[in-house]
Amino acid sequence: MTVFHKSDNALTKKKPDFRMQKVHQILSHSDADYSGWLPDRKNDNNCITDNGHQHDTMKILPIIFQKIKTALMDLLPIIVVIAFFQLVVIRQPLPQLGEVIFGALLVVAGLVLFVQGLEMGLFPIGEAMAYALARKGSLFWLLVFAFALGFSTTIAEPALIAVAAEAADIAGKGGLIHPDQKSLTTYALGLRISVAVSVGLAILVGVIRILKGWPIHYLIIGGYVVVMLMTIIAPEEIIGIAYDAGGVTTSTITVPLVAALGVGLASSIQGRSPLLDGFGLIAFASLLPMIFVMGYGLLIFN
Amino acid sequence: MDFLMDFVKILVATGRDVLPIILLIGGFQLLVLRQPIPHLGRVLLGGVYVVIGLALFLAGLEKALFPLGKIMAAQLSDPVFIYGTPDPPALADWTAYGWVYLFGAMIGFATTIAEPSLIAVAYKASEVSMGTISQWGLRITVAIGVSVGISLGTFRIVTGTPLYMYILVGYVMVILLTLVSPKNIIALAYDSGGVTTSTVTVPLVAALGLGLASTVPGRNPALDGFGLIAFASLFPIISVLGYAQLAVWMTHRKTRTAEKTYAV
Repeated sequence: MTVFHKSDNALTKKKPDFRMQKVHQILSHSDADYSGWLPDRKNDNNCITDNGHQHDTMKILPIIFQKIKTALMDLLPIIVVIAFFQLVVIRQPLPQLGEVIFGALLVVAGLVLFVQGLEMGLFPIGEAMAYALARKGSLFWLLVFAFALGFSTTIAEPALIAVAAEAADIAGKGGLIHPDQKSLTTYALGLRISVAVSVGLAILVGVIRILKGWPIHYLIIGGYVVVMLMTIIAPEEIIGIAYDAGGVTTSTITVPLVAALGVGLASSIQGRSPLLDGFGLIAFASLLPMIFVMGYGLLIFN
Repeated sequence: MDFLMDFVKILVATGRDVLPIILLIGGFQLLVLRQPIPHLGRVLLGGVYVVIGLALFLAGLEKALFPLGKIMAAQLSDPVFIYGTPDPPALADWTAYGWVYLFGAMIGFATTIAEPSLIAVAYKASEVSMGTISQWGLRITVAIGVSVGISLGTFRIVTGTPLYMYILVGYVMVILLTLVSPKNIIALAYDSGGVTTSTVTVPLVAALGLGLASTVPGRNPALDGFGLIAFASLFPIISVLGYAQLAVWMTHRKTRTAEKTYAV
């Protein structure tokens, strides 16, 4: 009885293990790419990628289904909420049901592709840059990269352009700045530049923090205190915009890249933990713009 | 045909977003690092997937969910729906807005679950912590934080209380929780504040805020319409730190009970 039980156990155990390994090989390219950056394991790495291409469609199909299922789960809450309010509270028929379903299918397809692209492209390149810069050992270029990453991705951010234009409109109507088109444009551009500079500086400070191993909470709490002090002296019209500016700066493509940069840096430096030190860059990028936008308001309105 | 045009437009816009990143990474590779990128083809393909995926995602949202969400936000904050008459009373009655608070909470939760930035950070956090931090655990905790934040934010717009008071109280809570929280969750908790508000949440929540501020009697959309995003970025920090606190407390209790039974 015991013998039978044992062998049975071994069988069932071995099978999923083997399959999991295959799935793991296909799914976790980031792990594989990771080792490519450590100088002496390049050959190993090529082997893994070559294996990855040998899988026939029979094994890839379930993985695609799995990904579609995950994306559907991501979208489910929105569907439930909208259906509930339409059917129970507002009690009006859904306008253009066909279009809504078509749109939802697009969202699911988009999420599947996006997550796949994260694993294949954004995470590996972010970590690769972190490793390459750390290996180069030049602090100057690392900091230039950090600042440029924050600045360049923020200055063209559509959400920021929209918020800045709206803020200029409000300031013009409130009589804080001259309400002609030229000064409105200058004001909006100034707002965008101050947010972009602040995000660049935030990533730069965050990178220095990772290098030095400073505890994050002192910096963040210090930032909160500055935000509160500036709230007292800043003009009322800018406060709401300043608080919101922190949230809108970090776009969907910047976030994975910045996260990979932080984690890559933290894991390439001796004595840093990726979890403890690798995260936190985004936190700086949402805090510093608040301070800079209020500072900009003080400068312009006084 | 119309849709195809829209999609191409969104695709171009997303491509423009990615352009500075491509220039920066390409420039650094060619001028500073001067090393070939390993698996360049793979990485490029991944980049193409991200751009097309994001464009499809946005096109789908704009086709279906945004108009619907905006119509619903307008319908729920309409005085006819809330007071039963087209002329609202001069002073807003905050108890009449129950459905608005509930809608804020639910839409905040739902959009956060679908937020691609949060998916990315949760993925990374789970990878780095070797699975100790589960992707869904983190995402649900953050979504609960956002839902409390948005709900409270709509309450603030209805009552017209000053924004900085809420933010100040929130900051104090964050600081107090930080002092007692396990160290390795702190950085992640702070990060989860920034990632919640992006592609999905901002348009819907901004529509809700501006809709409310322009229909609630006595509110100025310019002053009161903003601030919901600030709420949505602050409360997830509290919820993640709070959850970590709860987890630590539960483990303590479990070990203590185990010790007790062992002693008996």
